Amino acid sequence: MFACIYVPNFPVAAALRAEPELLAHAIAIFEGKPPLEQILAVNETARELGISPGMSKAQAELCSDILLRPRSPLQESSAHSALLDCAQSFSPTVEDTARDTVLLDLAGMESLFGSLTKISHAISDRAIALGLAATVASASNPDAAVLAARGFSAAPASCRLSRGHPAPAPDSAPNPRIIVIPAGKEAERLGPLPVEVLFDDHLQGDPKQAAERLLETLARWGIRNLRALAALPEIALSERLGQQGLHLQKLACGTASRTLVPVEAPLVFEEAIELEHPIVLLEPLAFLLNRLLEQLCARLASRALATQELCLTLELSNLTGVDDELENPGIPSESDEAESSRVMWGQPPSAVRRSEAPLHHHRQPKFTRKLSLPLPMLDAKVFLKLLQLDLNAHPPGAPIVKIHLSAEPARPRSAQGGLFLPPSPEPEKLELTLARIAGIVGEQKVGAVELLDTHHPEGFRMRRFVAEVARKAPQKKTPDAAEAQAAVTALRRFRPPLLANVTLENGQPTYLVCRRKEVQGEVLWKAGPWRFSGDWWEREAWSRDEWDLALRNDEAVAFYRLVHDLLNGGWFVEGTYD
Amino acid sequence: MSSAVLSTSAALGRPFLFDADSEPEVRCHPERSGKGAKRISRGVEGSLPYSDPRLASVTPASRLEIRPAPEMVTSGIPALDALTGGLPRGCLTEICGPASSGRTTVLLAALAAATRRGEYCAVIDASDALDPHSLAAAGIDLDHLLWVRCGDDIQQKVPKSTKESAGAPPLSRTLRQGGGFDFPSQDPMGFQQREAGSSPRCEGNSSLEKFARNTRLPEHRLEQVLRATDLLLESGGFGLIILELADLPPQSARRIPLTTWFRFRRAVEHKPTILLAIEQQPIAGSCSALLLQLGMPSTSDAIRLKSQTMKWTKTMNYTQADSSREAAARESPARQCRVSPEKGTQSHRDGTDFGGITADDALNVMHIAHPTHAHLLTELQIHAELIRSRLDRKPSRSVMFETKTAWAG
Repeated sequence: MFACIYVPNFPVAAALRAEPELLAHAIAIFEGKPPLEQILAVNETARELGISPGMSKAQAELCSDILLRPRSPLQESSAHSALLDCAQSFSPTVEDTARDTVLLDLAGMESLFGSLTKISHAISDRAIALGLAATVASASNPDAAVLAARGFSAAPASCRLSRGHPAPAPDSAPNPRIIVIPAGKEAERLGPLPVEVLFDDHLQGDPKQAAERLLETLARWGIRNLRALAALPEIALSERLGQQGLHLQKLACGTASRTLVPVEAPLVFEEAIELEHPIVLLEPLAFLLNRLLEQLCARLASRALATQELCLTLELSNLTGVDDELENPGIPSESDEAESSRVMWGQPPSAVRRSEAPLHHHRQPKFTRKLSLPLPMLDAKVFLKLLQLDLNAHPPGAPIVKIHLSAEPARPRSAQGGLFLPPSPEPEKLELTLARIAGIVGEQKVGAVELLDTHHPEGFRMRRFVAEVARKAPQKKTPDAAEAQAAVTALRRFRPPLLANVTLENGQPTYLVCRRKEVQGEVLWKAGPWRFSGDWWEREAWSRDEWDLALRNDEAVAFYRLVHDLLNGGWFVEGTYD
Repeated sequence: MSSAVLSTSAALGRPFLFDADSEPEVRCHPERSGKGAKRISRGVEGSLPYSDPRLASVTPASRLEIRPAPEMVTSGIPALDALTGGLPRGCLTEICGPASSGRTTVLLAALAAATRRGEYCAVIDASDALDPHSLAAAGIDLDHLLWVRCGDDIQQKVPKSTKESAGAPPLSRTLRQGGGFDFPSQDPMGFQQREAGSSPRCEGNSSLEKFARNTRLPEHRLEQVLRATDLLLESGGFGLIILELADLPPQSARRIPLTTWFRFRRAVEHKPTILLAIEQQPIAGSCSALLLQLGMPSTSDAIRLKSQTMKWTKTMNYTQADSSREAAARESPARQCRVSPEKGTQSHRDGTDFGGITADDALNVMHIAHPTHAHLLTELQIHAELIRSRLDRKPSRSVMFETKTAWAG
């Protein structure tokens, strides 16, 4: 058995997928170069207002209630990818028949998903979750499924080749978007369909003219539907229309047989939206991002995937447009493009680790942010929060005219916590928490510590903190070993070290005065000096003597580390032993 | 409002058994176990649809004297565990003391014990004072430790362009600094935009503004600490969360409202998280379940360390004289260890006394490839006193323990 997923009125469906709030409005999709734009497709509400494909944009604009949207190849590409994802989530054998049509082989799927009706409903529900209102038809051969999907769909006739009204759905399918044709009943079920359904909507050039000639011939013969075409004698039909006529008759009978041409859908998950008016606030941007993220996550979920990297690209309004709109006379000059763009995007010179250098275009600057996650995740709300925090810390600094969001697919994590393992932070919550804390203290000031292979006193760096689920139980050390690790005298560092005035006797410190009142006094005990040096082969060489001191300040006694910088000659209190 | 007073069999992890032979597992106040208790028992018996005479022995939770005992985990220092019973989960513990009293030593020991258990820990460091090498030397699994380093004013990170300082239009500056971008509904803290928006004011060049910024620095750090703590407590999953306020002046630390500590206590309650606050003086009041005071090192400690220094110096001379070539081969150019030489020392290999040090003592330190100065702080004594414990109503007790070893350099 085969199933066909068909999205009627595809340009409108792609636009509605990007802007679901337009569903209740009359919208028309136009294309072409100004001033010769033509209406390409309209929805049912617009058709009731008298708008039809082929009208010029100027004509359509006379209707005040119509919403006009330019045709967006990117949106249609995303919708087509979503259609393929929907099919791939049910069957590995998928044929990319057309931009709005996908065929899939359902052989052996009954044991997984149930009967054909259940499978069809599940496919329809999955398509709706991906933002597409699709018609699903299943039949014993691919062409019959395609004809049923296209013929019984509730698509407006005007968006096809003057096809007339769609045929009523069979009584056996209460949902008009679900058509199930049992084996052997193809001719009976396909019979009421008009003959125009035999030809693809998207034919161009000579094939389109040939199709129109055939339709004209059939109309002269009085052939209006597939039942009439199937009833014609084969030999007479072959004599008049040749092999093409016989093929059309087989299609009308539902007996044409062919093999699918399976495709491997590329794992590209991208969503984009073009804005009619630039947005300058983060709140509407977050609203749009939420929509894109939900679509991306739905597509990833349909392929049983997650993502570990999100890339957000914002196409900004050109500089002149920004300043004109804001009535700002301080327009950066073209010669200062590099500097002005950096300042405008508000990025500090020390680029954050999750950022990528903005792409420079001549008049359409792009702002790119890359969000790397420690673990594969699939939560649109978490992604939205992370993007919001990131954009708040690094605002694009100019009105946004286009949003492009892509996700790098990754296999979802399959870690399972053990009953007897200590709890660990949830990765999604932890990532949000870390992003918020980074907004408070700075991105380089939160994370895990990584010691560097150096003897420099500050030989460490911060890295991302990742809380992975423990795969093994913590090591149980013997009590002696645990006790041996305990009670280590710790050093607390002063960052930066405190400049000190030291009184020396015989080269040894005896009194110390520091900016902090509590870090000064008589040296009760001292040990040292110990000389350390390093990086002498680089410009940042260091060499110093270290002392351990016990200072008495009034009645208090405290232990400090005193450092004598041998290269620059200063004395510093580096820390206290606590 | 006695929400915390509840103790049943379930709280103690035992099954409900209304057996006449079994001993009651809860105790009543002596003064409440008289007529009032009988009246309550009669009331309970009469109000219940089923009249089981065994239910008369059930005591209402509000009359119970004992509370559910929190789970206690080791602090990493056996002496402290013997004093306090360990650190309670789901409670706030305060450890206070002056400088060099051993607060950080206790902190590192608790961290090491928690990471040995496989738990994730977080340190909110108000003064950015932790030494990563000390963390590693204490045996802490650094992969399990989240370090939040407060104290750096992020407003200073915003680059200041030459155009802006030359008097760029205010609207342009607002856009460049993200003034147009705000999402108050999504940001529960609601601070980021205000900080970004206030940065032009804070980046003034006048000395008065610098002075004002410096005086606000402890408050700014405190604000960062409290926000980060709130977020981490809300996130959950950490076994140990430490508020490191040791270098914060007491007058600044006392500005933390008591309601904040109540909120922290409530946030950590019934969770397997230990909330540990390290400070100079107790500031959380009754919100802390355990209060530990560490004592100030005395002059005698310094004198003992002085003698320890002499012992080490002589030991090092002995070992250096005996294995100077090996030591020279071990030392790298980047790290050298030098001990003040003392003339007239002699080496003996027969185990006899050598100025108070035996050759065995000297050989015991031979395994240390680079004996550093902080080894001289070995056996530094820490004096801990239990001031308050919600779990133990005995009088204050104290304990003294020594540090095992130390690392530096």
